[in-house]
Amino acid sequence: MSRLIVGPFNRIEGDLEVKLDLAGAEVRSAQVMSPLYRGFERILQGKPPEDALVYAPRICGICSVSQSVAAARSLAEAQGLSVAGNGQIAIDLIHGTENVADHLTHFYLLFMPDFARDAYAREPWYEAAAARFRALSGTAAEDVLPARAQWMHMMGILAGHWPHTLGIRPGGSTRALTPNEQARMAGIVSAFRRFLERTLFADKLERVAALSSAEELAAWRDEKPASAGDFRHFLAISRALGLEKLGRAGSLFMSYGAYHANGGHLFRRGLWRAGRPAPLDLSAIAEDAENAWYAGRGGPLPPANGVTVPGEGTGKGYTWCKAPRLSGEAPEVGAIARQLVDGHPLIRDLVSASSGNVHARVVALALEITLVVIAMEGWLRDLRPGEKFCEDGAMPGEGAGVGLTEAARGSLDHWLSVKGGWIANYQIIAPTTWNFSPRDGAGNPGPLELALEGAPVRLGETEPVAVQHIVRSFDPCMVCTVH
Amino acid sequence: MMPERPLHLLWLQSGGCGGCRLSLIGAEGPDLLTTFAAAGIEVLWHPSLSAETGRSAIEIIEEAVSGEVTLDILCLEGSVMRGPNGTGRFHMMAGTGRPVMGWISDLAKVAGHVVAVGSCAAFGGITAAGANEVEACGLAYEGTEPGGLLGHGFLSRSGLPVINVAGCPIHPAWLTETLHQIAAGRFGRADLDEWERPVSYTNHLVHHGCSRNEFYEFKASAERLCDLGCMMENLGCRGTRARADCNIRRWNGSGSCIDGGYPCINCTSPGFKEPGHSFTATPKISGIPVGLPMDMPKAWFVALAALSKAATPVRLKTNATADRVAVPLHDRKKRA
Repeated sequence: MSRLIVGPFNRIEGDLEVKLDLAGAEVRSAQVMSPLYRGFERILQGKPPEDALVYAPRICGICSVSQSVAAARSLAEAQGLSVAGNGQIAIDLIHGTENVADHLTHFYLLFMPDFARDAYAREPWYEAAAARFRALSGTAAEDVLPARAQWMHMMGILAGHWPHTLGIRPGGSTRALTPNEQARMAGIVSAFRRFLERTLFADKLERVAALSSAEELAAWRDEKPASAGDFRHFLAISRALGLEKLGRAGSLFMSYGAYHANGGHLFRRGLWRAGRPAPLDLSAIAEDAENAWYAGRGGPLPPANGVTVPGEGTGKGYTWCKAPRLSGEAPEVGAIARQLVDGHPLIRDLVSASSGNVHARVVALALEITLVVIAMEGWLRDLRPGEKFCEDGAMPGEGAGVGLTEAARGSLDHWLSVKGGWIANYQIIAPTTWNFSPRDGAGNPGPLELALEGAPVRLGETEPVAVQHIVRSFDPCMVCTVH
Repeated sequence: MMPERPLHLLWLQSGGCGGCRLSLIGAEGPDLLTTFAAAGIEVLWHPSLSAETGRSAIEIIEEAVSGEVTLDILCLEGSVMRGPNGTGRFHMMAGTGRPVMGWISDLAKVAGHVVAVGSCAAFGGITAAGANEVEACGLAYEGTEPGGLLGHGFLSRSGLPVINVAGCPIHPAWLTETLHQIAAGRFGRADLDEWERPVSYTNHLVHHGCSRNEFYEFKASAERLCDLGCMMENLGCRGTRARADCNIRRWNGSGSCIDGGYPCINCTSPGFKEPGHSFTATPKISGIPVGLPMDMPKAWFVALAALSKAATPVRLKTNATADRVAVPLHDRKKRA
C-alpha cells in the first residue's frame, strides 16, 4: 500500500489537501484536509447582532449572498420578524443570481477544464474538449465571462454590488425597486436565457427542465452532435468515461429548502434516504470534532451550543473542518440533494441505484440552472413596485435564531444567540463542511472521503484525474467550509 | 506599448474569502482574459483559472522562487496568517507541509511588483477583526501600523512598496487598470497614495457622484435602511470620508452600496473592520456625528447643518424618509 498527498487543489474555492491510501490501482481510503482556519465564529462573538450582516458574507466571496441570507434569517427569527413580500422576492432574485452564476462558474471554469488534461490526450474526444474547455485559453471562457458579467448586472440593480452586499435585511431588502428597473432586469434575464439556450444547452430551457429520466436524457444527448451545446459536450464525455460510476457516496441527501417567495419553498426541505423521502429533524444535527484541531469539546455538540476553540484537541486531528452529522450520519448536500428531495424525476432516476456520482452531480447543477432562471422570470413578474420591500424589527436583548438556506453547493445554517444585546454565540455549518467533513468519533467518513474510496489511480499519476473529477463534482467551497 | 516578453503573474490566496477574485472575473470592457492578453500578462498560476494542480502547481511556484522563471507580478489575496504564536499553522499550503506565509515571503523577495489584492492582503482586513486571535496581517501593514509580513520599508525588485489595491471587495477595474499601468512600465510612486493605494481610485471620495447629494446638502436624512435620504446622520455612512470612486465608477453595471440602499462602510481603509460602533449606526456626541466630512471644520459643519435643516424643501424632507419618491419633482412653469 502507498500513500499519495494531493494538493494544493485549485479550481475550487479556497485551499484543499487530500491524503490517499492506495491499494493497487485504486484508492482504499481518503483523508480530506481543510488547511485554513480564520475564526469567524469567534470574531462574531461580542459584536452587535446586526453587524453579522457585515461580517458573515465575508466568510465567502462566492457564497456571499447565501451567507447574508442565512444571517438575516437567523436575525429575523430572533426578532420574530416576517419578511415583506416584495423583499422576499428581491432576496430570492439576488440569491438566484448568485446561485446560477456559481453553477455556471463551476461548470465552465472549475470542472470542465479537467477534460483538457494530458491524461486524456489519446481519447477521441480530447481535441474538441481541449479546444473548448482548456483553462485560460479554451474558447468557452471567452463566451462565458462576458455573459456572466452581464448576468451580474442584476446585482447592481438589486443589491448595490456583488459580492458582499448589505442590502439583505431580516425584514426584506433595502432596495425598493422601480418599474423601469423591473423592466431592465427582465431584459438582463432574457439576454442570459439566450446565452444559455445558444451556448450551454443548444435548446429551450423548458425542454431541458422537463427531461424526466436517464433514458430521456440520453435520447436528448443523441439528438445532435456533441458540439451542439456545452452541456451535451459534457454528456458525451461523461458517457465515454463512465462518470456515473465515479465518486459514489452515501444514500442520504439533505436540503434545507430553497427560495421562499410566495410562502413556501421553490425546492422543498427534507431528506432523501435510500430512495425515499424522509422528514428533517434539526435537533438531530450535531458537530463532532474528534478528528479536527479543536480543543475542549468533549463529544459532539448541537450547533446552538457549539464551541470553536482552535487547538490540538484529541491529537487525532487532521483538518480544521468539524464533522457535522445528522443522527450520526453524514448526508450529502448540493444541487443533487435539492433535486432529489424536491422530487425531480431525472435526478431521482440518475441516483436510483442508491448513491450520488460525478455524472448525476453535474447534471443536477445544469438542470438547476434551467429551473432557477425560469423561476426568476416568474419572480420578476410577481414584484409589486408600489409595495413595501422591507419590514422593521427590533432586536431583543436576549434571543436566539436559526437561519437555514441553500447555497449553490448545498445546505447552510447559522445558529445565533444574543445576550445582553450582543452576540453571545454564532455557529455556522456550511455546505462543504457537510460534504468534506473528516471522520467522526465513530470513524464514519465524510461524503467526499467515502466517494473517493475505490477511485481508480493510473500508473504513475501524482494527481489522479479521477480524484480531480470526484472532488470538483461536489463544487467545493473551502473558504466556507471552515470559516 | 507591449513589453518584449509577457509579464509573468502569480496569484496566491491566504486568509481571505475569495471575493476579490470573484469580483475580478466580472471585469467588463474588456473581460479579464482579454485584459491579461491586452496588457501582455501571462498567468503563471492562479488558484481559480489555471489548469495545474497539486505537484505541478508547486513546481511552478518553486521555479518562481528559485528565479528559474522570472516573477514580474505577485498578487496576494487574503490576509497573511501568522497564528498560532507566529507559526503560520492556521494556513498551511496544501501539499507542501509549509505555512503559506513562508511561501509569500519567498515570492515577495523575487517579485518585480507585489500587489495586495483587497483590504485583507493590504491591511489584514476582516480576518483580523475581533481579538485577531489568528494573527492576521497585511503584506506591509497590520491595520494602520506599518510592518505586516514583509516589514516596514519593504521594496519589491522594481523599487516600489507593496501596491495596496484595498477594498472589500475590490472593484475589478481598480486592479485591471493597475496591472495595465504596471505592464506598460508606467506605474510609479506618484501613482500611490499615503497608504500605497492606487490614486486612480483613491483620489476620490465615495461622496463624489453620490446620487443622494441633494439630500446631503439639505441634511435631509434617512432614518431606516431603504429610506432615500442621506445616510450620514443616522445610518453610519462614511461616504464623505471614504476614499474610493464607487459612485463614479459603477459596480456590476449600475450599482453602488449607497444606491443599493445601505451605507458606505469605508472598506478601502485600514481600520474598517472594527468601526467601534455598529456599522449601520452613526455615533454622535450631543447630536453631532463624530465622523465629519473630509476636511470640514466642526463649527462650519454644525452651522451649515443647522442652516440646511432650516431650509430643507418639503420634497426632500418627505422623500428622505420614504423608500420611493413620494413628492416628485415638478417644473413650476407647468401649472398643476
